[in-house]
This record gives sequence, C-alpha cells and structure tokens, in this order.
Amino acid sequence: MTLRLEDVSKRVGAALHLDGISLALEPGSFNVLLGRTLAGKTSLLRLMAGLDKPTGGRILEDGRDVTGVPAGRRDVAMVYQQFINYPSFTVYENIASPLRRQGLGRDEIDRRVRGTAAMLHIEGLLDRLPGQLSGGQQQRTAIARALVKGARLLLLDEPLVNLDYKLREELRAELRQLFRDTGTIVVYATTEPAEALIMGGNTAVLHEGRLIQHGPTAEVYGQPVTADCAAIFSDPPMNFLDAILSDDRLMLGDGTALPLAAHDRGLPPGPCRVGIRANHLSVVRPNDMAVAIRARVELAEISGSETFIHVGHAGVPLVAQEHGVHPHQIGETIALYVDPTRIFVFAPDGTLQAAPARVPQRRRGVA
Amino acid sequence: MSVQSPTADGLPAAPAGTAGPRDRARARVSARGIALVLYIVFLMLPIYWMVNMSLKTNAEILSGLTLYPRNPTLQNYVTIFTDPSWYSGYLNSIHYVALNTVISLVVALPAAYAFSRYRFLGDRHMFFWLLTNRMAPPAVFLLPFFQLYSTIGLFDTHIAVALAHCLFNVPLAVWILEGFMSGVPREIDETAAMDGYGFPRFFLTVFLPLIRSGIGVTAFFCFMFSWVELLLARTLTSVNAKPIAATMTRTVSAAGMDWGLLAAAGVLTIVPGALVIWFVRNYIAKGFALGRV
Repeated sequence: MTLRLEDVSKRVGAALHLDGISLALEPGSFNVLLGRTLAGKTSLLRLMAGLDKPTGGRILEDGRDVTGVPAGRRDVAMVYQQFINYPSFTVYENIASPLRRQGLGRDEIDRRVRGTAAMLHIEGLLDRLPGQLSGGQQQRTAIARALVKGARLLLLDEPLVNLDYKLREELRAELRQLFRDTGTIVVYATTEPAEALIMGGNTAVLHEGRLIQHGPTAEVYGQPVTADCAAIFSDPPMNFLDAILSDDRLMLGDGTALPLAAHDRGLPPGPCRVGIRANHLSVVRPNDMAVAIRARVELAEISGSETFIHVGHAGVPLVAQEHGVHPHQIGETIALYVDPTRIFVFAPDGTLQAAPARVPQRRRGVA
Repeated sequence: MSVQSPTADGLPAAPAGTAGPRDRARARVSARGIALVLYIVFLMLPIYWMVNMSLKTNAEILSGLTLYPRNPTLQNYVTIFTDPSWYSGYLNSIHYVALNTVISLVVALPAAYAFSRYRFLGDRHMFFWLLTNRMAPPAVFLLPFFQLYSTIGLFDTHIAVALAHCLFNVPLAVWILEGFMSGVPREIDETAAMDGYGFPRFFLTVFLPLIRSGIGVTAFFCFMFSWVELLLARTLTSVNAKPIAATMTRTVSAAGMDWGLLAAAGVLTIVPGALVIWFVRNYIAKGFALGRV
C-alpha cells in the first residue's frame, strides 16, 4: 500500500496542530517521524490511522481517498506510548483478538499468536493478564497485537518512551529486525535523534505542525534543510554561532577567524549562522585546520563514557560532547576546537547554505 | 509472661502510687477500647433492640423492660413467611427494585459512555442538570406520577414504581458510571476499533468487564434508593404491587399494634440491604476514591 497525504491540516479550535502536510510513504518503507514534544507527531499519526479527521487536505491509500474513513474500516494497527492492552484478556487473547475478528480458524490463530509471541520473546507469558506483566512485557504484548494482524500500515507513537533505558535499547534493536521485509509501511514517531539514526529508513522532521524535511535518514541528518531541522535532529541540539562570511574566511562574533573548507567556499559573503554539532566541538585538536575558541565551563555532565561540557562563549551557550571522562572545574576557561571541515553554514533566515561532506563511517558518532 | 517486679523489666522500681510509662500506655489503650465499645453499643443498640423484639411475644414486649427474650419465639417470622399479605410485600418490593436496577443500568450505561467519550453541545451542562434531578424531594413528583399512571393504567403495577424511581436512579447511575468509564483509557476503544471490533461487541466483551466494579457500585446505589423509598412506592400502589414498607405502616389493627410482628418485618427488611453491601463492599471504596459515590 502507498499512503499519500495531500496538504493535510488539523485545526482544533483556534490552534493549528498540523499545517499543510504533504507526504508520500512507500510500501515496505520504515519512516521515522522526528519532532519535539507538541510538534504534531501524535496528531499526524492519528490522522494516518483514521482516528481523527483532518480539517483540510486529503489522505489517499493506493490512490483511493480514505479521508473520512474511520480506523475500524482501514487496514491499520497502532502502538501507543502508554501500554494499551485489554486488561481483562490474557496475553494470548490480547494477541489473538484481531485475528478472531478476522474470523480465522482456531489452528491458524494459534500458530500466528505463538509465532508472533516468540518473535517478541513473550511466549512464556501467554497465560498471564497484562496487569501481571512488567512495562516492557506489556509493551511487547501491545506490539505483538499490532504485528500479528499483518496490517499494511503500522503506526508506533513513541513506543519506547515509557520504558527504562536498558529495555529501550534492547527492544529498539529488535524492532528494526521485526519490520524488515514485511511490505508494511511503518511509521515510528520519536523525539530522539539517536533513535532515528539507529532505526535508519526515512526520516520526516516535524516542527510546530509543519513538515520541514522528508528523506533518507542519513541524508536528512547530513543535509538538514534549515537550522530548526538541524537542531531537532541533533542531541544535544546543534550549537549555533553568528558569523560574517567573506571570500576567504568566516569571522565569528568574538573575532575568531575560521578558514574556509571545501564545502563552504564560494558562498555569497555576508552575515550567516554557523552550526556545529556537539561531537564536533572538542577539547583536543582534531586536525591542523581546527581553530580554538575560548569558552567558560558552566557544567560538565558525565554520562557513561561521554562527557557533555556546557560552556558559555561570548554570551552564547554551547555544548561539547567528548569521548571519555573529562573533569572540568566550573568557571574554568578552556579552549574548544572547531573543525572548519565539519561546520554547517546557514543563512540568517535559517536555510542551509553549506553542509560538510558525508562523515566517513568509522568516525560517525551518534550525535 | 508473668509480671514480677518492675526491676525485672529493667526499669527502676517505681514508688507506689505513681504510674510508670507502661501503665500510662495501658490506660490509654483501655480508654480507646472503652470509647470504641461505647460507640459500637450505641450504633448497634437500635438494631439489637429490633432483633430482640422480633423474638419476643407481644405480651413480653408490653409487660416491661427485658434485655433479652425470656421465652424466645420464632412465631413472628413464621407468620410473615406464611401469611400472603406479609410475604407478598417482600416479593413486590424485590420485584420493582430489581426491575428498577436493571432499567437504570441499561439506560445509564450508554448515556455514561457518551458523556465520558464524546464532546457535544452543552454536554457539561446536561451532565450537571442530571444531578439536579436528585435535588428535588420525591414528594414533588407525587401528584404528576399518580395522575399520569392512573390515566394510562399503570397504577398499582411493579413497573410503575420501577419507572418512577428511575427519575432518581438514572441520573445517579450515569454520574457514577461516567467516573468509572473515564478511568478507562480512550486508547483501548481505539485499539479495539482498529482490531476490528464493532461497537456492540467491544462494549459488551471488552469495555464492560473493565468497569464491572462501577456497575456493582451503581447497582448497589440503585437498589438501596429503590428499596428504602416509601413515599412514591406507597402512593403508586394499592394492592397488587404494595411494598413491604407500606405493609408495615398498616399493621395497626383493632387488636392494637402487633409489636413483635413489626419488629420481625423490620429485621427482614434490613437483610437484603446488608447482603448487597457485603457483596460490593470492596468496590464501594473504589467509588469513594473516584469521588463519585
């Protein structure tokens, strides 16, 4: 099935939740819907499912207009952020319920329920009630119920958000495998850039009810069309510095001059915004071209083997992400190196002017 | 453990006449116990007295104060269970109360679902207006009901009383059920729709089991109101659907008041309510927690 949204809008009272979204999803594609909280991800999923009606625009399945068709008469399954199961049914009955409604035979139902349960590693819990399961197991049950019916459109609304860190990693890795080669359109809403990068496929970036960019995930990550898009698709958010571009260099606000790299040569001179991902701002000098800027440490967050150094530079807050543990004194002034080959250049209105060449695979960190 | 000397407890020997901390604690416990016992005595006294009376003969009741039956007799109960003018009162009451509970639930379940799940014009106002129905005393509706039922031939039928009580029970039932239904996430309804459930099947097989405690609590309150309501039930009936409470108020005969029989009837009137409370006791607490009871 191909799902097309044509200029779809959703207005609730005076508030515009979705504004003119046009999107085409191919059969068998995996699509990440990336956006911050309240960007309209859930609203969009609900429109795709047919749970809500758009106030403008059309929704087409294989060219057929399904705009007003309710969810019950579409071929769709959805997994919610909360763990939604039928509390009075056992896990087995929960997974079997869509199949029973399709009127399949008892043996066929049993085979498919057990097969799906095995894929999600809940085959030992089939006789329990959802209330007796842990959060992760409850969500596995919900995912199994969504998968088992083999719907042509599968929507997942931040399914891993309410799980603890370890379970989330585990289930995320499995999910990507589960959706391979099913021919189903999967739409996976998340706020986390890392999740989008791990899941791969396509990414659609949503910001304040508008679709900013849609394309292969690596492309959206490497070539974000606007500064907003880059900020949403970076964690911690991309650092921005105002600069003046001239023929041979970039002059930062504090007077630091950056030499031009291959990708930002030949741009029209004038004011611009420089975007630097946190993992490209470093305390060690990465290469000969790198230029140091002075910054005052405000906080050093150590998270596992990474350190997030929050600094102030000429009144602008920046974040640097370092491998390993780097103790820093608060208030200390340090030098951070900016690698000119890894910077993004945006016009003052936020549109992308130049993006660095694709990062070689071995060095690409999850931003 | 036998109490020896205070020093055996590791405490210095207290001079006679002053209370040690342990004695004071004991005194406090017993004060609390006494207060509790007194409270329960006062609470249970009327019920005990009624049971007491129901087991006595009229002669003993009228002869003077006795704290327990000197010659216990079950004759009063035997009379009630054998005399049709008595036991038909119970049957009538149970008949219209059951009718009313069923009608109230059947009508209130869809209404409560609508209030809980849909937004429509004036929904909040209508929801509150439902509750105001309970603010009017039943006596207000006495005359209209009587005239209406007499005209259309419903007078002195069980359904007449059951329908009249719906005026008070349906709003209450909607109010209580709405609270329980709103506690069920809307996403369950949506998931069921996507799984292919039609609405009736979803409502009966998925949704109702989730709010069964709410249904229990609602049934209890409908039962209770209908069971104790006297004014409408007595006015709208004469012979065929006469409730037990009405029978009880008409026991003054030429021979005087039949005290023992009346007490036995009273005991039997309490029993159904007590039974129902026993069955829903756990759910009631949940209803209170929702603030809807």
